[in-house]
Amino acid sequence: MNATKKIHIRYYALLREQRGCSDETIQTDAQTPLELYTYLRQQHRFSLDANLLKVSLNNSFESWNSPLKNNDTVVFIPPVAGG
Amino acid sequence: MFRLSTTPIHCDDLKNDLSVLTIGAVVTFEGIVRNHNDGRKVLALEYEAYEELAVQEAAKVIAEARQQFDIMDAHCAHRIGKLTIGDVAVWVGVSAAHRDSAFKACRYIIDEIKKRLPIWKKEYYTNGDSGWVNCQQTILHS
Repeated sequence: MNATKKIHIRYYALLREQRGCSDETIQTDAQTPLELYTYLRQQHRFSLDANLLKVSLNNSFESWNSPLKNNDTVVFIPPVAGG
Repeated sequence: MFRLSTTPIHCDDLKNDLSVLTIGAVVTFEGIVRNHNDGRKVLALEYEAYEELAVQEAAKVIAEARQQFDIMDAHCAHRIGKLTIGDVAVWVGVSAAHRDSAFKACRYIIDEIKKRLPIWKKEYYTNGDSGWVNCQQTILHS
């Protein structure tokens, strides 16, 4: 079964700089945000390990093992430093 | 009420927006950009936010404070973009009938906002270096 789906990704802060762009849309077989980040980290040499990040799906904090659906928007959230 | 602002935060205006008809206490907190951090001299800094989620999460924090503490009103503002030393980076104001709940709620809001909002800070140092706070440090200390 071909589970390829279209996923929108937005990057912030350190990840934006390491990726070299603020957003992109990719076709992927990744089933979860964790699988997607693992792939992207390898592709783009992101310095931050997944266990240091949080993840958002469609503007909501979600677990790393949530199922990815076609057209989801994913944001990987580096350690925050507001205030 | 929470807002992200690309322009300077005017604390007096925000304070005047708090409901004041029946209150006995107003507690405010101002977070100011300081000229040093972690032993390094800071020249300026930049805040970046994932705005949709930051606004949602801040609304949750304020709702939690209103539920947990006996307060009348609570507002918060956070700067984004480039800031210089002495600028107000974050402002929290709480009004209540009595001081105890106002102090506690103000403390709760600033602590949770710092922990939970997807906002990032890049510091620019006097020696020309720059870095995202907590990102580099996390790597070095891991």
